[in-house]
Amino acid sequence: MARLPLVTRPEGLYCPSGGFFIDPMRPVDRALITHAHADHARAGHKAVLATRQTLDLMAIRYGDDFAGARQVADGVMQVGDATVSFHPAGHVLGSAQISVAADGQRVTVSGDYARVANPSCAPWEPVPCDIFVTEATFGLPVFHHPDPATEAQKLLASVAAFPERAHIVGAYSLGKAQRVIMLLRQAGWDAPIYIHGALQRICDYHIAQGIPLGDLRPATDDCMKKADFAGHIIIAPPSAFEATWAQRFPDPVLAFASGWMSVRARARQRGVELPLIISDHVDWADLTRTIEELNPAETWVTHGREDAVIRWCELQGRAARPLHLAGYEDEAE
Amino acid sequence: MKDFAALLERLAFTPQRNGKLRLLAQYFTAVPDPERGLALAALTGDLKLRAVTASLLRGLVAERVDPELFAISYDFVGDLAETIALIWPEPDAPPNDTDLPLPQLVEELQQTGKAGLPALIASRLDALNASERYAYLKLATGGMRVGVSARLARAAFAEYGKLPLTEIEEIWHGLKPPYLELFAWAEGGDKPESAALAPFRPVMLSTATDLDALSALNPADYAAEWKWDGIRVQAVSDQGTRRLYSRTGEDIGGAFPDLLDRLDFDGVIDGELLVRRGDQVGTFGELQQRLNRKTVSKKLLESHPAGLRAYDLLLWGGEDLRALPFDSRRARLELAIAGLGDPQIDASALLEFSTWDDLAALRADPPDAVIEGVMIKRRDSPYLAGRMKGPWFKWKRDPLVIDAVLLYAQRGHGKRSGYYSDFTFGVWDGEELVPVGKAYFGFTDDELKALDRFVRNNTVDRYGPVRAVKPTKVVEVAFEGLNRSARHKSGVAMRFPRISRIRDDKPAAEADRIETLRAMLPPEVT
Repeated sequence: MARLPLVTRPEGLYCPSGGFFIDPMRPVDRALITHAHADHARAGHKAVLATRQTLDLMAIRYGDDFAGARQVADGVMQVGDATVSFHPAGHVLGSAQISVAADGQRVTVSGDYARVANPSCAPWEPVPCDIFVTEATFGLPVFHHPDPATEAQKLLASVAAFPERAHIVGAYSLGKAQRVIMLLRQAGWDAPIYIHGALQRICDYHIAQGIPLGDLRPATDDCMKKADFAGHIIIAPPSAFEATWAQRFPDPVLAFASGWMSVRARARQRGVELPLIISDHVDWADLTRTIEELNPAETWVTHGREDAVIRWCELQGRAARPLHLAGYEDEAE
Repeated sequence: MKDFAALLERLAFTPQRNGKLRLLAQYFTAVPDPERGLALAALTGDLKLRAVTASLLRGLVAERVDPELFAISYDFVGDLAETIALIWPEPDAPPNDTDLPLPQLVEELQQTGKAGLPALIASRLDALNASERYAYLKLATGGMRVGVSARLARAAFAEYGKLPLTEIEEIWHGLKPPYLELFAWAEGGDKPESAALAPFRPVMLSTATDLDALSALNPADYAAEWKWDGIRVQAVSDQGTRRLYSRTGEDIGGAFPDLLDRLDFDGVIDGELLVRRGDQVGTFGELQQRLNRKTVSKKLLESHPAGLRAYDLLLWGGEDLRALPFDSRRARLELAIAGLGDPQIDASALLEFSTWDDLAALRADPPDAVIEGVMIKRRDSPYLAGRMKGPWFKWKRDPLVIDAVLLYAQRGHGKRSGYYSDFTFGVWDGEELVPVGKAYFGFTDDELKALDRFVRNNTVDRYGPVRAVKPTKVVEVAFEGLNRSARHKSGVAMRFPRISRIRDDKPAAEADRIETLRAMLPPEVT
């Protein structure tokens, strides 16, 4: 039997012909990274190959010495006996799917991906393949992400209904925060948006990359008194809800931007008052549509609801298997 | 339907009472008749629809979704209506975004026979979006459970119409959805006349007092009686229609058919609902077992018989007595109760006292464990609606207190966002601390800040929004009573617990033990 182009190892997904891992959980000699979220992009690899933006974002998060050597993905490249190329995944700035041709087969590793237009990054592209490795973060038929523009309207309607309160939007600092800001700008909100300190450098980088985030100001601005934040929108990583940081705002409405917000119990567990269903991942319809469109000979399913996606493939008569890779988090979404 | 669905979405995520009131008031202002009235009825539980069962819904979804995928999804979501709302496959041609009117949806549910229901519901689910499907399924299955009580919905209506809640409660049971005349009243029209038999009358309430405040009053001007720890009710019998109302106008008679059978009179009695076996009065915990039941078993009727201890008489034999002074009503009450000759209905005894100290002595040593203090009523007071300061006082027994150790804390909402303000505390059971209750008030703003700081500096573990803290902080917890509870690991459940003091002077090892709490439990009935 022919050797498989990719295999699972304790460190993560491995290409024997190329001698590299994709998004490994532990430090390795050679890593290809799909995007800069912490559970995919870890510090400490000897060599990293990724898009320019992913490398820049990793440097912002981990410092310039996050890897021994780094290489910018550029066109079709040879790594060991494998050929690799990077293609936009539509997930966050710099995110890529990685196409690997090895041992006579083409594999597309999606990383995390989204099919809905996202003004903060390049759109997803189909990459033909024999084996499609898909994420399954929202791989349950209960997940239908609504049009994100209506979710932004929901936030603005709440700001109008409670003008004496501040609105704090919990959003993961890379990707989701900038997405929310862009959605608000597209909805016509041109007032200053206040951001938590943890977002500053990543937002600055987006602006430098040509994403027009508009007037952003630090939420810890000393000139702002508590009452001054009434009617304003503040964006912060969700962990800030727990910190004393949240005490500086007047009677805040806590919003949270995440695909999980479509399930009430999930939203309530977090003490969220205004759930905003804004996701950077494919929902069920987009996930299954993508498999149908790519029509791979085999589908491999990783991180998330593997059981449901495998079941769907089974019902469709598609060959599929779960990868059971540990270490990816879904809470960050 | 879109407005109603949006309302339910917001209510689900608005924990504060004031926030809910405001959302509801905004809805009543923005939405036209008859939709708003039907929504109000849905929230108060007065919208009588044909019961759509869970098994009917499961059958519908099984025709469209693979059972295994449904099972995995239901397991994740946890709520049947929500799972179906989310998983329902939308038709290939997306529904045009017209808003199906709530009144139409309600009417067809009311008028469709059992055989036609599955097809009707499926066609509606096809035409609605996820949020509307959820609202529709909640409406159809009846049990709204959206965090709004009937009382809160009526209070919101009162706020929207700038009307006294007591007057709304008084006429409520004579009105029918969609409450057109009620909304007309709120918008400046005439108050609706209630034509229903056995309506609810607003209850007279008391304010709290103590020995200091009483000393300024002349004891001879007042009557006193025991305050029983049951449920304050209004028993009404009107030309054969019998009702038992809670003091907020909720009709709770369905759970007490035995007492309804005994309301063999024409009038309105204000009294305390109690479990009674001859002279023995059951605890509040026993009474609770009779509450909120759709059907009451014969066994429970025998083991926990309901009785009424009468405090006051509002109407009798067609005569309205409310304007009479208390003393006169009391005389009429004694006659009326004697005339009934029913051992399960008696008049609350008046206490003999000539000084406030006499009354204090009685209060300190009540003859029954189910007494929670004394009521003091001005002898010349008419029966008035609502809670005003003066004519009636309640002088509750001192709260029970224990010293407990803080175990867990959870963040609050709104103005308390960012503060750990909901506390779980425990007492010693052997070498272990066992949780015995939860409190989120009783402390001052400064104490809240101190507690918040303590939680942040002493967190040892996190479970979602909950933090476990190092068990070193002792707080004095005051509470009104203690019930047995099979649901709590400690076996006890506190009523109205609050943090009355922070005991920085006390080490955790000296906090109370579970034995102390058990000794406070009412005697067990065998």
